[in-house]
Amino acid sequence: MLNQVQRRMLMRRVLQAIPVLILATFSVFMLLKMLPGDVAITLAGENATQERIEEIRTLYGLDRPLLVQYGDWVWGAVQGDLSKSLLSGEAVSDTLARVFPNTLFIVAYAILLAVLAGVPLGVLAASRAGGWADKLVMVFSSVGVALPNFWLAMIFVGAFALNRQWFPATGFTPASEDFGAAVWQATLPAVALAASGMAEVARQLRSSLVEVLESQHFRTLHAKGLSPRAILWKHGLRNVSVNLLTVISLLVNRTLAATVVVEVVFAIPGIGATIVDATLRRDFPVVQGVVLAMVVTVIVVNLIADMLYSVLDPRIAQR
Amino acid sequence: MKDMAPDSPLLRVEGLGIGFGARRGRIALRITEGVSFDIARGERVGLVGESGCGKTITGLSLMRLLPGNARIEGRILLDGEDLAKASPPRMRKIRGKRIAMIFQEPMSALDPVFTIGAQIGEALTLHETVTRAECRERVVEMLAAVGIPAPEKRHDEYPHQLSGGMRQRAMIAMALICKPELIVADEPTTALDVTIQAQIMDLLRDLSERTGTALLFITHDLGVVAETCTRMITMYAGQVVEDAPVDAALTRPRHPYTSGLLRSLPQLNRARGEFAFIAGRVPSPAAMPAGCRFRSRCELAGPGCEAPQTLERVEEGRLARCHRAPDLDLPGAVA
Repeated sequence: MLNQVQRRMLMRRVLQAIPVLILATFSVFMLLKMLPGDVAITLAGENATQERIEEIRTLYGLDRPLLVQYGDWVWGAVQGDLSKSLLSGEAVSDTLARVFPNTLFIVAYAILLAVLAGVPLGVLAASRAGGWADKLVMVFSSVGVALPNFWLAMIFVGAFALNRQWFPATGFTPASEDFGAAVWQATLPAVALAASGMAEVARQLRSSLVEVLESQHFRTLHAKGLSPRAILWKHGLRNVSVNLLTVISLLVNRTLAATVVVEVVFAIPGIGATIVDATLRRDFPVVQGVVLAMVVTVIVVNLIADMLYSVLDPRIAQR
Repeated sequence: MKDMAPDSPLLRVEGLGIGFGARRGRIALRITEGVSFDIARGERVGLVGESGCGKTITGLSLMRLLPGNARIEGRILLDGEDLAKASPPRMRKIRGKRIAMIFQEPMSALDPVFTIGAQIGEALTLHETVTRAECRERVVEMLAAVGIPAPEKRHDEYPHQLSGGMRQRAMIAMALICKPELIVADEPTTALDVTIQAQIMDLLRDLSERTGTALLFITHDLGVVAETCTRMITMYAGQVVEDAPVDAALTRPRHPYTSGLLRSLPQLNRARGEFAFIAGRVPSPAAMPAGCRFRSRCELAGPGCEAPQTLERVEEGRLARCHRAPDLDLPGAVA
């Protein structure tokens, strides 16, 4: 399926990912260590003596130099061992397997909503560029981009979960257990996450469509006798699909980061809630594991997007 | 169709005026005025003039491909049907099917993300009911007919994989696929190498002769007109100034502007640096002079030229927009 150029690109990307992974986990590790507070104090329990705290520090290797601690973690991670939570003792890989699918589900749901709503809006605005429908869509999407999604999430909880009780305010069933329930429970957080994405998709699609509709080859399409609708939806969308793909891949990255706060608002056991909790308790192996999972996801999404570019635009495959 | 009205022209343009920025039904900026000409079935007509004389916009107006803020006056009769008043759905039935267009830049005129075959086939499936296999077969046939080698392979390639000349051949194939009665070719060879230009022109003349398709060549290249066309229409400042059989127009022009155009052609037997040119500039559409529009640049201007000029018959089959035309003996191109 992959040609030689694509295979070489894939190899190069995998190699490029290594320094990114090291930099991301190292900086997060250092930031975490710079924070006041110590997991050993939590572990030692209330009214623990100074000796007991020291003892726990030695036990968990927290008294070693920072670089040694980080190196130890990297060495384990390379071998596939992401270590264990200092607090619960659960293997970090088990935690990720439990919470990461929930986050991916919500992100996928949000992206789907953003694209399904954003694309028709963008096309509508572009086809009536300068008209009132265009202006309305643009105002609407400016608002969508500007509203913080965690604020939207809180408004949604108040309006549709507490006041009207159409959707649950908190909690989540993994999609693997009950898909219907997962969709229902994920709707409010997904809508909160999708609002800015939809606006972004609509805006970007509109501006690239308006540009491409002016180009010479669109006059050829009219000269063939194609209807404006066929020109817009078939040739227009295909011509801007590269731009659309860029917007969507950036959106995946941003939405992944945004789930951190939104999951906390809705008390959804995803990586967002996990990393917030682990950070507050200085449970660094969990934090490192989550960061690693997020960075890998972002790298993979970008890689898939890069591979798709050459499918969408034959001119890219040639280079 | 030919039996129905053998004497009537395929296309008759009557008093075509094109303008922009209409306000309260009135045209603010007039680009062409009172353009009238006929094209017979199978005829090859060259429409010549300087940049900005309105020839391209006249060609686009025949297919109603003008920008949304353009306004049209007059009539564009295709077999008696007035295209100037045709509804958009009606126009879509005519575009690509009865009148097709070939544009100047073959690179930017083709959609870069669809294969050549898909783009040509799209025109076919739009106007005719064909199966997928038939469509492919007809497209490959047409690619072969316009001289594209390995048409089966080229069918599945993208525009960027073809050379400029091949792309223009593909454009011609797209224009011809539905066997139109008229092809409007707007500077079809300007963007190509000189050797390719000759090939493309030969191809177009050939196809027109073989299929009986009429051609309207929009060009500023009088050499192309001499070699390809049977009739030449000269436009100046938005008006037709001369309409004559090609040989007569080239050797014995009857309008001072046509004569000036012909004399400004570079010629090999002329001494170096001795370039004839028409002094002055084309008047702007926003400030058209009253009377003859060529007057300020005309060496022969005199009394009577300040009155508006009309397109009059000078001799059998020849029209000129100059009141002195019957008395003038103007130099043409050196034969």
